[in-house]
This record gives sequence, structure tokens and C-alpha cells, in this order.
Amino acid sequence: MAAITVENLVKTYTVAERRPGTWGALTSLAHRRQREVHALAGVSFSIQPGELVGYIGPNGAGKSTTVKILSGILVPSGGSATVLGRVPWEQRIAHVAQIGVVFGQRTQLWWDLPVTESFDLLREIYRVPPDQYRRTRDELVDIMNLAGLLDTPVRQLSLGQRMRCDLAAALLHRPQILFLDEPTIGLDAVAKLAVRDLVRRLNREQGLTVILTTHDMDDIESLCTRVILINEGRILLDGTLEHMRQMVTTERRMAIILADEATWIEVEDAQVLHRDGLRLTLSFDPERISAAQLIGDISSRYAIRDLYVENAPIEEIVAQIYMDRTA
Amino acid sequence: MRGTLSLYGHYIGVSVRSQMQYRASFLMLTLATLLTSGMEFLVTWSLFDRFGSLAGWTLAEAAVLYGIVNVSFALAEGIARGFDEFAIMIRSGTFDRLLLRPRGTALQVAGSHIQLLRIGRLAQGLIVFAWGVGVLEVAWTLPRVALCLAAICGGAALFSGLMVLQATFCFWSTESLEIFNTMTYGGVETTQYPLSIYRAELRQFFTYIVPLATVTYFPVLAILGRSDPLGSTLAFQYASPLFGFIFLVVCLQVWEFGVRHYHSTGS
Amino acid sequence: MRPYLAIVSARTRMLLQYRAAAIAGFGTQLFWGWIRVAIFTAFFQSGGAAQPMTLTDTITYLWLTQALLLLLPFRIDAEMQAMVRDGSVAYELTRPADLYWYWFSRQLAARVAPTILRAGPLMLAAGILFGMQPPASWLAAGLFLLGFLCALMLSTAITTLMAISLLWTTTGDGLARLLSLVAQFLSGSYVPILLFPDWSQPILAVLPFRGIMDTPFRLYLGTLAGPEAACAMLHQLLWASLLVLLGRAILARGVTRMVVQGG
Repeated sequence: MAAITVENLVKTYTVAERRPGTWGALTSLAHRRQREVHALAGVSFSIQPGELVGYIGPNGAGKSTTVKILSGILVPSGGSATVLGRVPWEQRIAHVAQIGVVFGQRTQLWWDLPVTESFDLLREIYRVPPDQYRRTRDELVDIMNLAGLLDTPVRQLSLGQRMRCDLAAALLHRPQILFLDEPTIGLDAVAKLAVRDLVRRLNREQGLTVILTTHDMDDIESLCTRVILINEGRILLDGTLEHMRQMVTTERRMAIILADEATWIEVEDAQVLHRDGLRLTLSFDPERISAAQLIGDISSRYAIRDLYVENAPIEEIVAQIYMDRTA
Repeated sequence: MRGTLSLYGHYIGVSVRSQMQYRASFLMLTLATLLTSGMEFLVTWSLFDRFGSLAGWTLAEAAVLYGIVNVSFALAEGIARGFDEFAIMIRSGTFDRLLLRPRGTALQVAGSHIQLLRIGRLAQGLIVFAWGVGVLEVAWTLPRVALCLAAICGGAALFSGLMVLQATFCFWSTESLEIFNTMTYGGVETTQYPLSIYRAELRQFFTYIVPLATVTYFPVLAILGRSDPLGSTLAFQYASPLFGFIFLVVCLQVWEFGVRHYHSTGS
Repeated sequence: MRPYLAIVSARTRMLLQYRAAAIAGFGTQLFWGWIRVAIFTAFFQSGGAAQPMTLTDTITYLWLTQALLLLLPFRIDAEMQAMVRDGSVAYELTRPADLYWYWFSRQLAARVAPTILRAGPLMLAAGILFGMQPPASWLAAGLFLLGFLCALMLSTAITTLMAISLLWTTTGDGLARLLSLVAQFLSGSYVPILLFPDWSQPILAVLPFRGIMDTPFRLYLGTLAGPEAACAMLHQLLWASLLVLLGRAILARGVTRMVVQGG
């Protein structure tokens, strides 16, 4: 049975329009004009238990609206959604007891209190039985390496530390589904890796269903096998990363570190994309020339220090899809 | 119910520990409220000084009214402070987080900011009350003591209800309505004086709609053993604090309505 | 001059957008004005002796209080508070205009539009429904307007002083609040000054605060006329100037202190 089923979800907002200038302001006092915003225009998908799904799209695409509806905060204008057998907005309290939500930029912990007191308060709020709580908490503290942080007031934590604590806090009541909204935003490289690692572990070891909304494509690449792409309230794509790549292009990239700055590389079947000192990026189509052939070709003709092959960056793939599908 | 009380108790602990970290501003706030409420009584005092009496009430009797309503209000300010600060909560998106927790929203908002020790107004109210009953040599019987406590609790419930209403408005308008504060402060000012001085429509408003008189005027009549020119019976005077609680319940319903509206329109 | 006018007009436009709040505020003030009148009427009916003010005059006075309530130095505009708190006040020092007058015009701007917008409808409603009297004469009306302008300056000087005191964080915050409370109380907004105890009258006459409300109101009622009126307005302006000078001096100290401490 699917963990989450969404069918034809629609959400429309009416927004009051303000007229510019002083005269506009005065007339607005008497009569307000309104316009409709279609945040979601018919979204459908289903997610099985244990999946780790990336939910991506530009700003204003409808990502946060979907997450709000699925978490029970918002009531849709049309369509249906079922999470763990419940309609989220109709059974709010029963529903939120089964899910965890982490917002990247806002902490749910109490600012002035030590982390452990926030955890205790959450135990009370979620009505977690004391033994279960202790076990879960100790487990999470262990996995996320929080032992040294427990007595520190939240306001003194670094962003990376806070994110780990927020992650633990969201899981204290052992939810089956976790919604992560921009969890790595603003984090340094080390912290990002730590968070990704944690999420991966929780998904693999505990079968936690995770829905991840993010702008960071590295998050997606390292964590998600399945990606749902939304733009302007509609789903553009729902499939694996590979599928997404292949849809757009078979292009691959090769990054070369030259031994000598003066070297100029010219290869047929490959195009120089950009050059920055000793570093050079080539673009090629593996259907015309294989990576192996290209490597052999270049290394025999030029003095190079290093090279590696990579895929076209996801951002470009995604941008291409937007352009193709929404034009 | 037990879970609710337990959680609220937990919230109280949290807020006390939180506030102890900001001692300087706590003292400042106490001083400020002491002064504000002090000035309010100065007004009453000066007017009695000039005019001698008010509709047959002396300054001491007015002091009893004043004391009760200020103590009630001070308690409400402490308990329901979260609703006072609700505008900020909505604007910063923190309310969404409350909706993500498996508890009632009103309870969580009430628990978000607790200031049990609104000493300024509370102390001032108690002092004035004590002075008034001392001068009048009120005969304290058990029913009267119970009524006094009921009036204070009912008053706290009522003022809390007003704050809940004020916060509920935030679901519809992003503007912070400081002007709504006059609802609560104005209410205090009004019921510091005997209800009999107001016109019939006003009296009915303060008895049945925003039943401030039921937690001040009517109970105080019974406590002081005064007869009521408006003709209320002793039974009514004893039962009247109930209205304060009923008012709170109604306000909480309006709150739930507001939450439902928020659900469908987002922030 | 132009930058200051620009500030006033920008703020006015912003304030015009808050429609619900305006209506709610208006309604609430009518209500509480009505209550105040009832309280004072009851007092007048209980006390026997003749009083320094008649009941009719007192009623008009009370409605004037409601109408011009926003003239009172309640609080500093929240933006400024936040600015001083988080230190971005340092950016203010980089502006080309004189800092004191820039802050002064901000406070003025925050006050003018709401006050006038509220006063007009309130006076109209009070006049039609609640027995508020028109000005005693055309002269009184004119003097009232002058007195109102002076009161505006005085009140703004006080709020600017409050804003400046915020540079001293906690102590300043407490002082600002104290100043605000005292100013409100002694301006006549709670009780018409003349109805305060007789022994307090000389003190109240000297202090600046009655200039915020009591002076313009008595000009309106016509009870303050002729040479006394001129005296009273001089009193307002003198105190306003004094508070401006004080404000400038303290601001200079505060700025140096900030610069020395590095914000």
C-alpha cells in the first residue's frame, strides 16, 4: 500500500492587488481588486514506503504548497491526498503524530533552552512513552553524534549542529514519513555531507520514507533515486535521475587538468566548453566518440596532469526540461 | 485533560527558566507595569478627591472593584501572553510548526509565552484591594471568599478570552492591531467604576456580551453587602463569575474558526 | 526640506493601506470615549460643588482627547526600535542629512498622518452623536490649530528624545518608557488637568506635558484666550525648543559613544 497518494491536487489562492501611488492607496481603501494564483494545477503521484524522493522545482513552482498540504497545514482547493491511510487536513492531530518535518531555515527547538530540554518538551507534546523515548533519543544521539551538544542552548549552536538536532527532534516520536525542506541550505561542505549521510542511513536502515525538497542538486544526486520535478503547479517529470538525464541529452563532460598552461586542446567530436588556467572542460557525445577513445586520444597528444569524466550538471538538465516543457 | 495540564505545566517551567536569563528586562518590565497601573489608580483617586463620591460609592469601595479587576487582568496577561504575541508568530511562520504538532493550537499558543509573575500590576491590584477591604472592614465569610476567588478566576478567563479574540484577528489581517489593546485596557478602566453609572445599553453589553461586570461589579456587591440599584439578586451575584468562563469557551470556538480559515488560505 | 517631505509622504501612503486597523481603531475609540464621558458625567452628578471646568466643557475635552489620541508620545516607531537594537543605526550616521532632524522628521511623519486621519472622523462622529461642542469661536478654532501644531512639535521632540535614549539600550529603554508614561499622564489625556487636585496645579503649569493636549484643548474651548493663550503657546514652543536642544546634545554624546565603542 502506498505511503502517500496524491491525485489531481489543486490549490488556488486569491491575492488582493494593491494599486501603486497615493491615489491607488486611497481607492484601495474603498474597493479591493483581487486576482487568482494557481499554486497547484493538478498534481498526482504516489510514493511507496521506504522511498527517498526528491521534489524539485524553481521558486514558486508549488513545492512548499504540496508539502504543506501533505503535512496537513493547508487544505487544497480540489483533488485528493492520502498519507498513511489518512486525509492529512481532515485528521490533523492523528496525522501529524505520524510524520516529521524539518525546515532548513527555521528551527523547531526552543531558542533559549538546552537541546535536551527541547527534546523533553517534544516528548511531552508527542506523548511518547518514557522508555520508548529514551531508547529512541539515545539511538538518535548516537547516530547523529549529538552527545556533546545536549546541554548547549540552541542559540549557541552552529547551523550544522542545529540541523542535526532538528533532524533528531523530528524523529523522536518515530514517524514513518519525514519531510525535509531545504535541509542543507546555508551549511558548510562538511555539515552537508553529514546531513546527507544521516538521511541516507535513516532511509536505508530504518526504512524511513523521505520526501526531500531542495534547490541543491548535489543533495538530489547523492540521495535520491527518484525525482519529481514540478513547475508552475504541474508535474513535469516523475522518474529516476538517469531517466531525467537521458530525456534531455546524452552529453557527457570531461574535465582536464593540463600540465602546461600554454597547451591548447583541439579534438574533433568534442567541444571545449570553458577554460580556466590549467583547467579545461570538454563536452562530447558518447554515441559519436566513447569516453575511452577520447581519453586515449587526448592523453596521447597532449601533456595532461589529470582528467575525469562526469555527467552534465543536473542544473542544466533541469533548466533544459523546464524550457522544453513549459515553453 | 491531564495531558493538557501536564503539558501546560511543562510550558510554565520552560518559560520561567527562559526568563530567568533576562533578569534586567524582567525588572524593567515590572517597574513599568507598576507605574502604569499606579497611574491609573491615581486617576481614580484624584477624581474621588475632587468629587467626593461616585453614584453613592466611596473611594474605598471603588478600590475593591479596582483591585479585583486588576488582579484578574494581571493573571490573564501572564497566562495568555502567547496570544498577545501571536501576530509575530503568524508573521514569522512559527504557527505552521504548531500545526505540525499533535496538540491543540490554543494550548500551544498559550504555552509559548508565559509570564506568571506580572508582579507590577498584580501587586498593585492586591495592595489597593487590601486597602479597600481594610478600610471598609469587610466581613469575610466562606461564601464571600469563594466568590472573590471565583470572580478573580472568571475575570482572568474573560480577559484571556479577549486576548484570544485579539489574536484570532491576526488570521485575517497582517496588520498588528495595537489599537485592540484598548479592548483589554479599556475594559479594565470601565469596570473599575460601578456599573450603575452607565446607560442601559452599555450595562447590557458589559453583562451579556463582554461580561466584564459579572466578574467585577456583581460579585463585589455581594462581597461588600451592598444592595444593587440595578436590582440584581444575591443568587445572580454569586453565580455571575460563570459568565467569564463561558466567554472564554466562546472565544476559543472563534479561535478554532480562525485556525480553519488559516488552513485553507495558508499564510 | 525635500527629503523630510518625502519621508512624510511615503509614510502616509503606507499608513493608508491599513484599512481594517483604521476602522477597528475608530470604532474602539468611539466606544471608549463614550465610556469615559459616562464616568465623568457620573462624577459630576455626584459631586455638589462648582468645579474648575463645566461638564459640557469636560465632555468636549474628553472627545478631543480621543480625537487627538495619536498625538501622544506613546511609543517610538517600531522600525526605529529595531534599528537601534540590532545596530543598523550605524547606517543612519552615513546619511547626508543632519541625524537629529532626520529622526525628528521620522517621528513627526509617523504621527501626523494617523493623527489627522483619526481626528477628522472622530470629531465629526462625536459632534453629531455624543454632544461634542464645536470650537468656542472662529478665533478659538484658529488658536486651536496653532496650538495643535505646537503640540505636534512638542510631542515629536519628546518621542525623538525617547528614540535617542534607546542608544543606551536597557537603561535607555526604561527611561523612554518612563518618559512616555509621565508625558501621557500629565498631558491631560487621562484627566483634564484642571480637574487634578488644586495643590498640583502650579506644578502642572510649569511642566511641558500639558502642552501636548491640555493647551490646545483649552484653546478650542475658549477658556484659554487673549494674552494667556499666547503665553501658553509660548510655553509649548519654549519647551519644545528646550527638548530639541537637549535631544541634539544627548544624540551627539550618544553618537560619539557609539563610534568609540564601535557600535
